[in-house]
Amino acid sequence: MTITATMTVNGEERSGVCEERTLLVTFLRETLRLTGTHVGCDTSQCGACVVLIDGDSVKSCTVLALQADGRDIQTIEGVADGDELHPIQQAFHENHGLQCGYCTPGMIMSALDLLKHNADPTEREIREHLEGNLCRCTGYHNIVKSIRAAAGKMAGAGA
Amino acid sequence: MPPDLEFTRKTSFETVGARPARPDGNDKVTGRARYGADVSVAGMLVGKVLRSPHAHARIVSIDTSGAEAIEGVKAVATRDDFPDIAPDAAVEGEGEENMWDVARNVMARDKALYEGHAVAAVAATSAAVADRALKSIDVTWEVLPHVTDVDEAMRPGAPVLHEDMRTKGLENAPRAPSNVAEYLKIAMGDSEAGFAKADLVVERDFRTEAAHQGYIEPHACLATVSEDGLAELWCCTQGHYGVRAMCAAILGMELSSLRVTPSEIGGGFGGKTTVFLEPVALALSRKAGRPVKMTMSREEVFRGSGPTSSTSMSVRIGATGDGRLTACEATFRYQGGAFPGSPVSYGAVCGMAPYDCRDVTLHCYDVVANRPKAAAYRAPGAPMAAFAIESVLDEIAQKLGMDPIALRLKNAVREGKTSVYGPTFGPVGFVECLEAARDHANARAPLGPNQARGVAAGFWPNYGGQTSVTMNVATDGSVLLSLGTPDIGGSRASMCMMAAEELGIGYGTVKAIIADTHALGHNDTTGGSRVTHSAGMATIEAARQVIRIMKERAARIWDIDVDAVVWEAGRVRPSGPNAGDHEPMSFREMAALSARTGGPIAGHAEIDAEGAGASFAVHMTDLEVDPETGRVVVLRYLTVQDAGKAVHPDYVEGQYQGGAAQGVGWALNEEYVYDAEGRLRNPGFLDYRMPVASDLPMIDTAIVEVPNPGHPYGVRGVGETPIVPPLAAVGNAVSRAIGRRMTHVPMSPPRIVEALDG
Repeated sequence: MTITATMTVNGEERSGVCEERTLLVTFLRETLRLTGTHVGCDTSQCGACVVLIDGDSVKSCTVLALQADGRDIQTIEGVADGDELHPIQQAFHENHGLQCGYCTPGMIMSALDLLKHNADPTEREIREHLEGNLCRCTGYHNIVKSIRAAAGKMAGAGA
Repeated sequence: MPPDLEFTRKTSFETVGARPARPDGNDKVTGRARYGADVSVAGMLVGKVLRSPHAHARIVSIDTSGAEAIEGVKAVATRDDFPDIAPDAAVEGEGEENMWDVARNVMARDKALYEGHAVAAVAATSAAVADRALKSIDVTWEVLPHVTDVDEAMRPGAPVLHEDMRTKGLENAPRAPSNVAEYLKIAMGDSEAGFAKADLVVERDFRTEAAHQGYIEPHACLATVSEDGLAELWCCTQGHYGVRAMCAAILGMELSSLRVTPSEIGGGFGGKTTVFLEPVALALSRKAGRPVKMTMSREEVFRGSGPTSSTSMSVRIGATGDGRLTACEATFRYQGGAFPGSPVSYGAVCGMAPYDCRDVTLHCYDVVANRPKAAAYRAPGAPMAAFAIESVLDEIAQKLGMDPIALRLKNAVREGKTSVYGPTFGPVGFVECLEAARDHANARAPLGPNQARGVAAGFWPNYGGQTSVTMNVATDGSVLLSLGTPDIGGSRASMCMMAAEELGIGYGTVKAIIADTHALGHNDTTGGSRVTHSAGMATIEAARQVIRIMKERAARIWDIDVDAVVWEAGRVRPSGPNAGDHEPMSFREMAALSARTGGPIAGHAEIDAEGAGASFAVHMTDLEVDPETGRVVVLRYLTVQDAGKAVHPDYVEGQYQGGAAQGVGWALNEEYVYDAEGRLRNPGFLDYRMPVASDLPMIDTAIVEVPNPGHPYGVRGVGETPIVPPLAAVGNAVSRAIGRRMTHVPMSPPRIVEALDG
């Protein structure tokens, strides 16, 4: 059965027609054409599809578009402020927190959630928070470094 | 080698060796980068594959009428839609690919040879309709006995995959079919005479299980075939020229009728050097007359793409009482899945390559089994052989009471030495790597109870190969570089750096793209750690052409002889007694004048690069084993490797860290698990457990730079060697921690507990 899902995505009200069983990730990618949210496993292990729903990080392959109806969604496309990268994006860029870049949107969305709740996480806390985000290129070294750097910069900016 | 490159070797650098931001970084942190599944076009259909539920079965018949009758199904493809191919047809992928095999791997013909083997495909107006159509295809199977284990596949009487397969390379050509595709003996000196000189001989059997490359982006492509037979393909691949050649061969197309554009690639590690969905998508699109997009699920990636070999190995090494290696005899048995071509011979020669041991005999068996056809995986074949060889060396060191690095230093190859790998080594950095590991702070870190330190070395020969590059100079002085080697680890940045270095202009002035197959001449696949070497060499050659043109133009403007014009720090300047007094002109000025001095300025190079420098690494890890549960915690990890010249050290370190992490995962957890029916039990990231962030420590790196004389900047490829030592480094540490020699990878908790109980 088709439904119309309406939600705020990256600050704008968006609606689209999809099936009742359509996953949020499919809705974002195929209906709204926001392809920055990636699919890596379809079984909620890899974390490439993490988005924020009402500010909390969620794997968008575990949620139906229907469940997101009326809620506030943030995807990687909505993280930068116009041309200005968010400090976490900037830190991933500067610290080479990515190689192929496929896991990066999910990593950044998870990091946003982490830094919202813990402004100065230790290496261990970062690693534990990222347990649901797989990266196969970097060995996580520069990802951890990027998040530490972003935390420092955000604290410095009084954010 | 192009003539310019032979005598111009640079030793001091402005841009190369710095750590600038990457050109593709912005798109990758904002979600703008477009990967294989990110492109859609109007009228596009969704393609899906029906896969064999059986490990080995004859396909008696395929009835697609039920699927074709479903509304929204626009095409169904089976073996009947693929032409027959000459048995000896071959094209280049990473190494030579036999197209008869690849064609049968992408779509089964008389038999399904593994669980997950493609037997039919549909294109439909939605994924749900395509799924329904797959369920309506009626395949009549005759299930056959199967074999997935390499040793069992070699036994007489084992179920035979290919009735026409006779083992190649045996002295007496066998009459009976076998799963051993080929036997190869690689030998140097006289190993029996070498063993006679030994005071100590250690002999062990080893096994390693199959691992998957584990790229996070599943295979994806979008194919469009028009009515006139011209085709376009967008896909994530390490080599779009290889994809073009393979698809054209499989579908009977001319190369010029197929244009392949590579997407951004979400990891490959060798696994995206061949084709799976691409020829199927083209066949469906040709039949449907509409664009077809296909993506694999993660389960399909595990069951239907190309993992690495599982192996069984026997190694015997002799040494004198003071630690000099006298002989090695080893047997390597690698199953490469359902078709021949396991990387057994690469593994065999790489395992002993670091050591100056004159008497070596290696027996290699390339075996087929009812598993997916193996694809390349980062240093194909080498990590397994290194696990066996380096484990025996560790045991020799223990028995002789020697430090493991001292043992390796005593036997390390140096310039002028010949190992069983073949060529006599030029300048190589193995000794320097060993010394750097020995002198690193990690070598002196204190160890607690149940903790131990493991050391292992690794080698990969690296490759050069064919590359085409075009460098266009825009009239504002910016430079556009077209490359044909998909950027899998930051190569666009390295190429921009080498171009900027050669031209004497700012790094930010150069922009690189990966062009499609129509835009440039042939490029070999991104693999073999070849791109920074070969594409770098071509980029430098293209830049030198640009410089030559600018010098000629300046000579014309100044009306002097071209020999009186020199290039210096990004400028042309008159030089010599008859050059006259002219103001030097910058690169930007020359670019601006191009329209009035003869037209566009461009350099290009089409080369077949030789001179790839071999790359050695030494890894050292400290870890702790829980003796009750067998759980291993990695406490410290150091990678040391010779990069020749690190163009962008951050990327070089990234390769070291990433390879080490993959190797640690393989060493401790990752494996293909089969049940009694030959079905893969763990086709997902939950049960095929790759390392997560909390499994790993920060990974320490040290870059050794012994310049490669075969490259104008001294570069050596660095991508593959980092995965060679980890299985053994971890294995040696675990073995020392528990006081038992581990011989089976992965060393998962149950295997460690079993070793402790045994």
